[in-house]
Formats: sequence, C-alpha cells, structure tokens
Amino acid sequence: MVKLSFNLLFLLPKSTVDKPKKNRPDPEITPQIVKEHGLTIEEFRRILDLIDRTPNLTELGVFSVMWSEHCSYKSSRPYLRKLPVEGPRVLQGPGENAGVIDIGDGLAVVFKIESHNHPSFIEPHQGAATGVGGIMRDIFTMGARPIALLNSLRFGEWDEPRTRFLLNGVVDGISSYGNCTGVPTVGGEIYFDACYNGNNLVNAFCLGLVKSDRIFLANAGGVGNQILYVGSKTGRDGIHGASLLASSEFDETTEDKRPTVQVGDPFTEKLLIEACLELFKHDWVVGVQDMGAAGLTSSSFEMAHGSEAGVFMDLSKVPLREEGMIPYEILLSESQERMLFVIKPGYESEALAVLDKWGLDAAIIGEVIEEKSVRINFEGQEVVNLPTFPVVDGALDLKRELKRPAYLDDVVQVNLTEIPDITRGDTALKKLLASPNIASREWVFEQFDHMVGLNTLVMPGSDAAIIRIKGTQKAVALSVDCNSHYCYLDPYEGAAIAVAEACRNIVCSGAQPIGLTNCLNFGNPEKPEIMWQFQQAVEGMGDACRFFDIPVVSGNVSLYNETKGDAIYPTPTVAVVGLVEDQEKIMTQGFKKAGDQIALIGFTMEELGGSEYLKVMLDRSDGKPPILDRKHEKQVQSFCSELIQKGLISSAHDCSEGGLAVAVAESCFSYGGHTLGATLTLDQTLRTDALLFGETLSRIVVSFPEERTDEIEELAMRFPIDFSLIGKVGGSDFTVNVNGQEVIKQEINVLKEIWKTSLGSYAGQVT
Amino acid sequence: MKCGVVVFPGSNCDHDCYHILSHILGQETHWLWHKEEVNLESFDLVVLPGGFSYGDYLRPGAIAGFSPIMNTITRFAKAGGKVLGICNGFQVLLECGLLPGALIQNQSRKFICKNVFVSIDNPDTDFTRSCGDNRVLEIPIAHHQGSYYIDPHSLSQLEENKQIVMRYCDADGNVSSSSNPNGSVGSVAGVTNEQKNVMGLMPHPERCADPLWPRTDGQIIFQSLISAS
Repeated sequence: MVKLSFNLLFLLPKSTVDKPKKNRPDPEITPQIVKEHGLTIEEFRRILDLIDRTPNLTELGVFSVMWSEHCSYKSSRPYLRKLPVEGPRVLQGPGENAGVIDIGDGLAVVFKIESHNHPSFIEPHQGAATGVGGIMRDIFTMGARPIALLNSLRFGEWDEPRTRFLLNGVVDGISSYGNCTGVPTVGGEIYFDACYNGNNLVNAFCLGLVKSDRIFLANAGGVGNQILYVGSKTGRDGIHGASLLASSEFDETTEDKRPTVQVGDPFTEKLLIEACLELFKHDWVVGVQDMGAAGLTSSSFEMAHGSEAGVFMDLSKVPLREEGMIPYEILLSESQERMLFVIKPGYESEALAVLDKWGLDAAIIGEVIEEKSVRINFEGQEVVNLPTFPVVDGALDLKRELKRPAYLDDVVQVNLTEIPDITRGDTALKKLLASPNIASREWVFEQFDHMVGLNTLVMPGSDAAIIRIKGTQKAVALSVDCNSHYCYLDPYEGAAIAVAEACRNIVCSGAQPIGLTNCLNFGNPEKPEIMWQFQQAVEGMGDACRFFDIPVVSGNVSLYNETKGDAIYPTPTVAVVGLVEDQEKIMTQGFKKAGDQIALIGFTMEELGGSEYLKVMLDRSDGKPPILDRKHEKQVQSFCSELIQKGLISSAHDCSEGGLAVAVAESCFSYGGHTLGATLTLDQTLRTDALLFGETLSRIVVSFPEERTDEIEELAMRFPIDFSLIGKVGGSDFTVNVNGQEVIKQEINVLKEIWKTSLGSYAGQVT
Repeated sequence: MKCGVVVFPGSNCDHDCYHILSHILGQETHWLWHKEEVNLESFDLVVLPGGFSYGDYLRPGAIAGFSPIMNTITRFAKAGGKVLGICNGFQVLLECGLLPGALIQNQSRKFICKNVFVSIDNPDTDFTRSCGDNRVLEIPIAHHQGSYYIDPHSLSQLEENKQIVMRYCDADGNVSSSSNPNGSVGSVAGVTNEQKNVMGLMPHPERCADPLWPRTDGQIIFQSLISAS
C-alpha cells in the first residue's frame, strides 16, 4: 500500500497558503508529489500522454481525485457492466446521481444507496451525518423530494471496546442530520461482527418522489448557459476525502486523517432541498449536479463531459468560508451542502432571488463553452485547462488479478454429527433473542424521526418499511439486506441470497419488487483474493437479479475496507424497492389475534452453516451457507403474494437469522404494543437445533383466521407449494412441542423483555 | 375555520399540518412565510409547526422567536387569536414569551420518536373540548429537547389556573415517572397561556389525524378548534 501523507499543502510555497500571490511559481511535479496524490507512475505517464504536457499541481489534484478508486470505479467497472440494468419501468439506470423507476400515475421513485464507511470510523457522528446528507443530495439533485431514508450499519463485535462508541456516534449522527431535514428514517439493518472491528460500515439509502416528466440530469446544455453555485460557502474541509480517505485502507496513520472528514450542516441541507425544489419548477433550469466527492472538480467535469461541452469557471467568484484559499483547495474541497446548477442565460436574477429567499449563498461562477474542456481562472490567471475526456473517462479499467481465497477450503463443511443436538431450546432461544444481530432495534429507530411526512404506513421493525404515495392508492416498500457471513463463506451464493431475501421481505409486506440499488463493500482490491470475492459477489447478484427480474438502477462501490491488512467480510448490501398498488393490501409481520392459525410456507432442511445459532451458542462461523433454490424461492414468494392479494392472511414474516423459533417469537412481539403468545406443534425427523434455529432459506411464517385454513391449504395444493400448519396464536407463553415432546416453554413477556432491551442496555453501558 | 401555517427556515412539519387542516379536515389553510408581516385579522388559528427552525442553533426556537412574523402573531394572540405551537412551535412560543416555562434536553439525552399516551388535564379549552369522555389520547412525540421545566411556584400557579392541558401518562391514564418519556416536571406535555387562547404541546397531533392510521386521536385537538371558531 502507498503510504499517504496529508501534508500536501506544505508542498506549496509557504506564502501561497496564507496569502495567494499572483504569478507564484508552481512547484515542479516530482515522482514524490505524484505518489502523494495516490497516482501510480503508470497513471501519471498516461496523463502525460493524454494531455500532451505536464499538468500543474492544481491539475494533478484534479486527476488525483477523478482517477481515484472512489470516483473512477477503475477496479470495479468491468464487473459492474454485467449487472442487469434494464426493465420496462426503468427511466434512469446507473450513471446518474441515482436510479429512477416509474410507478405509474405520472410518478417515479428515485433511489440510491451509498457508503460513508471510512469517515464514520474516524469520526462517527459527522461521518454518518454527512453520509445521510450526501445520499439525500443525490436524490433531490434529480428533481425529487426525498421521502424516506434507510441505513445499513455494521459494527465490530460487542466486546470490542470501540464498538459502543461507534454505534452511539453513528446513530446520533444519522439522527441529528436526518431528523433536522424532515425526511423520515423508516428502516434499516444493523449487524455486529468481529470482521468490522477495525472498519465499520455505514451505508445510507434515500428514496425520493418525482413527477416522471420532471427528472433533472447532470446536463450542461448549450453554449452560453450559466453556471450557478448554490449552498454553503467553500472551506478547507474534506480536501482529498475521495482520493486519500476513501481509496486507501486504514493503518496507524488513520487518526491523522480526521481533517479529511467533512462537517455537515443539516439546516443548510434542509434549505437546499426546499430551494432546489423551488428552482426545479422553472423551465430555465437546464441541469444540476451536487458537489459530493471531489467537490467542484467532479461536478464541473462530469457535467461538461455528460453534455459534450465544456465549462469555464472563475474561482474568484466562489463563495469562500476562509480567506486565502488557493485554487487547489477550492477545487478539491468537499465542503458539504453545495450544488452546481446550469441555467439559461437571462434568468440569473430570478434564480438568485429564489436562493436569497431561502437565505442561501449563491453566485454565477461561469458558463458553458463549446470547447470540450474545463478552463478555470483565478484572479485573472488560468489555473486549469484540461480536456474533459481524459479526466472523466481516462482512467484505465484495471484488470486486477483474481484468486480464490485459501480460507474457503477450511470453512466449507460443518460436520453436524460432531455438534451435540439439544433436547431443550429455551436457553438458545433466549440467547439468540438477546444477541447483537437479532435483538430488537427499537433503541436505534426511536432516535430517528420515522414518522415525519405522514407517509410511514408500516413503522420500523417489520420485514419492510412501507411509505404511502400521497394522492394515490399506492405505496412503496423498502428493504435493505445482506448477510455478510454467508458472503464470506460463499460470495456468489451470499450475494444471491441477499437479493432473494430482500425480495422476500418486500413480498411479505404485500409489495412486488421493482428495482434494486447496491452498495458493494469490500476490502483492498489490490489483493487478488478480495478481487475474487468482488467478482463472485457481483456475478451472484447479477444472476439473481436476472432470475428475479429486478433491474439494478444505481449503486456504489466501497473498497479498501480493511485495517492493517484485515479485510471485512464481503458485504454486498442490496436495497430493494417494491410497489404496492393498493394501500389496503399491505401486510405486517406481527400476529394479530389469539386463535389464529400459524403456518409455514416452504420447508426446513438440516442446515446450520453460517447460522447465528452456531455463532451465539458455539462461537463458530464456519459451514456452508444455506442453499438457495431459486425456483423454489420464486414459488414461495408468489404464493405468499397471492395469499396477501386475496386478503387471506393476517401476518407474514420472513424466516431468517435465528430460524423458525426466532421468526415466530418476533411475530408474537410485534403487533403495535400488543404481545401474543403462540404454541407450535411440529412433527419432524430433523435434528432439533436445525429445526428450531437453522436458517433454511425460502420460508415464510404466516397466520390467518382458522376458518380460512381449508381454502389456503387447497390453494397451496394447487400451486403446488410446501405448506404446513405449525401452530396457533394465543396464550401467554411461547411453547414448542416436537414429536409430542415439549422443547421450549417460556413466558412471552419475559422473552419480549430480553429481546427489546438487549441492544439499548448494551449501547447505554458506561465503560 | 381560516388557518395559517407558519413556515420558518427549517420547519419540517409544516406540510404535515397543512395536509391535516386542508386535505383531511377541509379547512381554509394558508402558508405564512416568516419574513412577512401579514394581516392576521381574518384568521381563526395560527399554527407554528414542528421542525428545526434555524437548525435549532443557539437554542430551539430562539432565533425564530425574533422572526418578523412573530411580532404579528404576538399582536394576534394578545387580541385573543388562537395560536397552536407544536413541538418546535411550542419552543418558539416559549422563547418569545407567549407561554411560560422552558424546554430542556430530554433526560435520556437522546432524540425520542415514539407513540406516547397523554391525559387531558383541562378538557375545557378551545383546544381540547371535543375530547368528551375520551381523556387519554395516544399521540407520537419526536424531539430532543422536550423536557418541560418551570419552577415549583410557577408550576402550582399553572395548576391553579388550569393552564396545564395535558400530561404524559400510561394507557390507563395514570401519570407517573415511568410514563414520563423525557423528564418533564409534573409530566407536563402541553400548556396554555392564562387567557387559554395560546397552546403549546410537545406531542404531534398532526401525526395521528389522518384516517389512514388506525388511531386518529390527534383530530380531537383540531376538531375542538374547529368547533370553537
């Protein structure tokens, strides 16, 4: 790994940092400076070839960020091309700020998930907050009003000293930012595992609503259009966040990277949302791009390149937070809450009036030019003159070496016979319900405003969040998922399982999956084993998306997630969006009424590999992940969907971590504030541990009034699908009998208390 | 009823209040922009919605309290006009002295968003009269600085004047520390001024007033106001 120093600014003659001097000598570009910018010598040679001269230091800075892994996707791009991106509802696939899917009635949803992993590890509050801010800007940049946020969070194990600090900081950061902007945080997932001890993950998802004929793209349009800078003033924060922080792994110098983390201001973001949505009503708005990673540089170059034009900018006109900033800093700053608009000439004062109303800084800083270059002046001097193509598209795709990791041979086969079976499941159930990955997430989502906007039909804690679309009968269902444990054991199958499971969650809520966005979190791609995991996971995800017929419309790749050489488990997080045609037909996971029949769609196999049971009870994380039979999965989903559409069932809950016993217990807990008991009566030849806690895929626990039993069973027979009555709702206990023997009997309120308080009491402990 | 919903920079429940008043309850509703000094003579009700006016910088509600529109609203209130401040709106009313007391950080030092129960302490106000026998309402809260504070002497004065409109309680209406979500003195969730034409409350009645959800207890507040106008 290249050792990166953060003292780039000291390379400049001292006087220029304090007070910019005209005609200052540009330092000579030495191999050392090239290296400090995270570029290889080969890449530097390519730059020389492409522009036919030596870049000055500012231009080198531009290449450094634009060719960084974070901005250029140079390691991942060849594989990402293989994902299915088309479908009849797709209005915009990958390549823009976010993907867009048509939902009918002249409306579309805009969504994307994005990582903010490294900043959140260094400074959890601001790192997570600005992650939320960034993903929201991606959404409203497209013209959409953000209406829902979700997040996927991964932390180290509970025993790791830093985990509690990170958990509290990240949750607090998301809470402070999301709540202030008035966009509800309606769901998400949290996993804890030792593989994230040195590198937590914060993936933030946002969904917005837009009229399908009012979608805005990063378009600069015709020559003479005006470049309008909007939002916070530019400061010295976040310089090289994309190139040096996001595109390298952590080591001893990690703490020194704190200055590359940006500081968010959710109040400005809120004003920016309202002001932008007001601007978008006007026909004179041509295009817009948010200043995210690589700030003014990427927004100007991408906009120019996307419309086959060029851009001229005068940096002297950029609103600045600090005195004495030099072009290098202005161009590479990642100050938050900034946007770049392109408007037709003649409407400058109208645009500025809107922005003034919202109290935002704004300035016309340049215009669109014919020459396909970005030319930048500062105090009357040209400081950058680069053709757009080499900067935006010039980074060569890297054909990184692939190698199947050796660890796979050691972990694949769990020999069940060496693990003693259990006769009672009470202890295991209690331990699982209190365990980090299964315990209730209430402590987290109570800190998020999940109701603002009056659209949250299903509150956090069910299989999927459901957001109604005002003015229609429709709603959208949202679910994020990835079991990275499975992905570690088999990246191809693990990624496919993530897709299948997110879709199953969507189906359980009464919706049909219509689109997917992904956040691919992996280790250092320079290692062949990591690249192999990446290639396998993307292939598995692509194949599953093709099979389930779901287009991938947006996404994000986060590499270098490792510390001192230890990589995280491959974590290809997926967020699936589903459509509910009729709000009356939504479904939740909680049992509704004592006396209702409980049934299982699908069947259970003797599978314990990679299960929470093995981890919690035996501290083992080996074995083969459960098998995904895609056809069977599809059948299970469409049967469940039919039961919901016909109004036959009262609850549906996906069986996942912790298996059948945990799934049924969760259904007992989660109907509003009420708690209902249940008795399961199972006849089985399987091992008891696998039957109760095994994680066989493609299973859904449903409940329904007893009088519908015949109708539902007949439907299952005709389908045909495995369907078995397994018990009844009611009583004050959770009881499981297997082949006539009682294996679990616990007071349901006791179990609920264990499940409900575990995470909060962990997080609140003072050490 | 002619209503105005104030929009400060950073208000974020403004659209929700507008939705309930206009689309659900069918009342004539207007936006009131914070920089404008509108003539409020013809209005029956002004709502200060929840949110993070001015980003909660300095103190929640502190900067909004100096908005031009607050001069107009103060005159409107002094003339007997009805003013409802929800969450951040409550904080604004306290900051500009239209209501007594202060709101400090929740005891847990965390933001809390969940459904809570409140019992109506004074059913004889223009804000609560429609509750009838239904004295326990389930209404969501969503705040970080919602712990009501007032000195003991003033608290007993409020009690004497029946200015305490609602208190946090359990599902059966019992008021105790275990049903107090944020550490408010006397479990106070909402108060009025002495004349009882200005009310501030931390719970969000607009979040449980759309029949889309099974419980619409929040409608009681709005229905009371409609009946009173």
